[in-house]
Amino acid sequence: MERLRFATVGSVDDGKSTLIGRLLYDSKSIFEDQLEHIEAVSKRRGDDYVDLSLLTDGLRAEREQGITIDVAYRYFATPKRSFIIADCPGHIQYTRNMITGASNVDLAIVLIDARTGVIEQTRRHSLLVSLLGVPHLVICVNKMDLVDYDQAVFDRIREEFEEFASRLDLQDVTFLPISALAGDNCVTRSTNMPWFEGSTLLHHLESVYTASDDNRIDTRFPVQFVIRPQRSDFPDYRGFAGRVAGGVLRVGDDVMVLPSGLTSTITGIDSPLGPVEKAEPGDAVTLLLADDLSITRGDMICRPNNRPRVSQELEAMLCWMDDASPMQQNKIYSIKHTTNTARAKITDVLYRLNISNLHRETGVSELKMNEIGRVTLHTTAPIMFDDYHQNRSTGCFIIVDEATGQTAGAGMLLSPRT
Amino acid sequence: MKTSLSGLIDESVTIIREVAAEFERPVLLFSGGKDSVVMLHLAVRAFAPARIPFPVMHIDTGHNFDEVIEFRDRCVADMGVQLIVGSVQASIDAGRIADVTGPRASRNPLQTVTLLDSIAEHKFDAVFGGARRDEERARAKERVYSHRDSFGQWDPKNQRPELWGIYNGRHRQGEHFRIFPISNWTELDIWSFIAEYNIDLPSIYYAHRRPVFRRDNMWMAVTPFLQPEANETVVEELVRFRTVGDATCTAAIESVATTVEDIIAETSVARITERGATRADDRMSEAGMEDRKRTGYF
Ligand SMILES: Nc1nc2c(ncn2[C@@H]2O[C@H](COP(=O)(O)OP(=O)(O)OP(=O)(O)O)[C@@H](O)[C@H]2O)c(=O)[nH]1
Ligand SMILES: [Mg+2]
Repeated sequence: MERLRFATVGSVDDGKSTLIGRLLYDSKSIFEDQLEHIEAVSKRRGDDYVDLSLLTDGLRAEREQGITIDVAYRYFATPKRSFIIADCPGHIQYTRNMITGASNVDLAIVLIDARTGVIEQTRRHSLLVSLLGVPHLVICVNKMDLVDYDQAVFDRIREEFEEFASRLDLQDVTFLPISALAGDNCVTRSTNMPWFEGSTLLHHLESVYTASDDNRIDTRFPVQFVIRPQRSDFPDYRGFAGRVAGGVLRVGDDVMVLPSGLTSTITGIDSPLGPVEKAEPGDAVTLLLADDLSITRGDMICRPNNRPRVSQELEAMLCWMDDASPMQQNKIYSIKHTTNTARAKITDVLYRLNISNLHRETGVSELKMNEIGRVTLHTTAPIMFDDYHQNRSTGCFIIVDEATGQTAGAGMLLSPRT
Repeated sequence: MKTSLSGLIDESVTIIREVAAEFERPVLLFSGGKDSVVMLHLAVRAFAPARIPFPVMHIDTGHNFDEVIEFRDRCVADMGVQLIVGSVQASIDAGRIADVTGPRASRNPLQTVTLLDSIAEHKFDAVFGGARRDEERARAKERVYSHRDSFGQWDPKNQRPELWGIYNGRHRQGEHFRIFPISNWTELDIWSFIAEYNIDLPSIYYAHRRPVFRRDNMWMAVTPFLQPEANETVVEELVRFRTVGDATCTAAIESVATTVEDIIAETSVARITERGATRADDRMSEAGMEDRKRTGYF
């Protein structure tokens, strides 16, 4: 069965956790002891109804404050698909946790409170989702029960969002009017909104077409680990283990290894479950080659006529996530990209993105926590990469503060502006 | 061949290889329980035909089911891996911790000290655990690479961001990481894997008759370490274990499932979570697991 990863995003209190609770509850994916537990907690707190957000808000501090602090992962399955959910926090202080949850999903649900419409944090999350290249988006106008299920409210918010989103790079966008609390249009069709003709959220999640989201054209295989058994029964085995980051590799394919540029032919592919004929994006496999080349972790295997860019001068959109220290120009950081680790300096901030109006602010030399900018970097070793829009796996990197070990920045590589 | 588990297996294997490549002294926690068995099998497959480049470690409370210890030893011998045992009894004898007493005493919480001492003794910097996010609400929040400070503490309010598939294992001397390669597996995924690849498990996972008594609405097994109180009557029931841990706090469930297929059928319609049905230690408190994890528990 196919697995869909999705995240809920949007401003604080717009109903993300409640929506997840609702989806789990109405699809009968909540266990009795979990329900008893949240019923008891709700009762103890004196809530009027069972607070479904307690299903994901599991930390002490979250329950004390009634908000989500860090991503919660939940799992459920219907006969059509199984789902991995990342319930993200809406509060601006926890934006880096939201990015954590949304970085590798197939689909994001953006919640908007029907009473407030599109606000700053809605824009911030939508911008991040767009930068992260999440392929599918569902905009849920939530709490329709509090605006009399009024179509005019839904239409107005939809226009508001579309106006803002026209300047973002969003591909597949669907709008839904829902009430996470009452359940309208979540799993069952709402009788309160006969004017809405679209499908329910769950139906949409079950049927959204994701098969074409992977890059199956540009063959990319970052070498992760060299497997060299010290065993007499495998004297000559030398395999290159890794996860396919793009394209389809087949036994018999001619390949090139970067940065050396040496070439060879694939003689075998071992998967964790035994030998296979081909490997596709996402597969963890071990490649066997015809020639005895010197290949180490961090090298990139590709096709001779389709290579990634190789450079020590990079350009990227960078989200800063470190609350302890802002991004400083020319400070030495560690950069992790595919299976490579090098050191890097941010040489220039081309502009900082104003999140409200998407204006490009120039003359900036640092990025503070939660700020996003277009930067240039210089690295100690060549990085083999693709434009993030072509390939999420070879187009992303993280910046690590060498003193604290903190994951300080998240970057998406771009082709240099010409 | 692609199966519904393919994506999960690929993710887990990638994480295991990444740790082997980047850390100096990894170790895999192996209790003989189903999750750690699946994790060990994934590790074997991650490096095949080479051997696993790290040892496995069992934190042993001394209060075990015989079948599990027998299985543990057989399993590591078959797979040719090195087993380290961190003994809670040894920690007690060395005066590191005081043993618990009384009819309801469980050594389960004592494991934290032995675990942290063993990690320090062997200078392990990466410790693989078989925890799954679907097990419990604090675990649902934890990163795949989970940082522990020099006291072994987890800080749930200040976890490092973890994006895409890029993991950051940078740490100072004396700190370590807990690594959870099967974070995204559910109980049903674990059983599907066991079925699909014919994985051997301790016999007590399958329905069998044994003397049990009722406590806190759960069936507890009579063992040398756990005896019924005066008002608790012992009966023989057909039961199996959904999780396997310390014998004093792991309950059995009534079941007639004697095969993997039976268990999958039972698991698919289960109305109570694995921990809810079987763990005495978590029933009482709202944040029991979070509190234990903060101080260094698994
Ligand atoms: N009336 C009404 N209230 C709702 C609805 N959805 C959520 N709420 C309420 O809105 C409040 C916030 O809901 P949460 O689900 O915690 O919001 P959230 O988006 O997860 O918040 P953060 O995770 O902290 O950003 C709670 O009191 C919910 O009961 C809805 O559809 N209608
Ligand atoms: Mg929430």
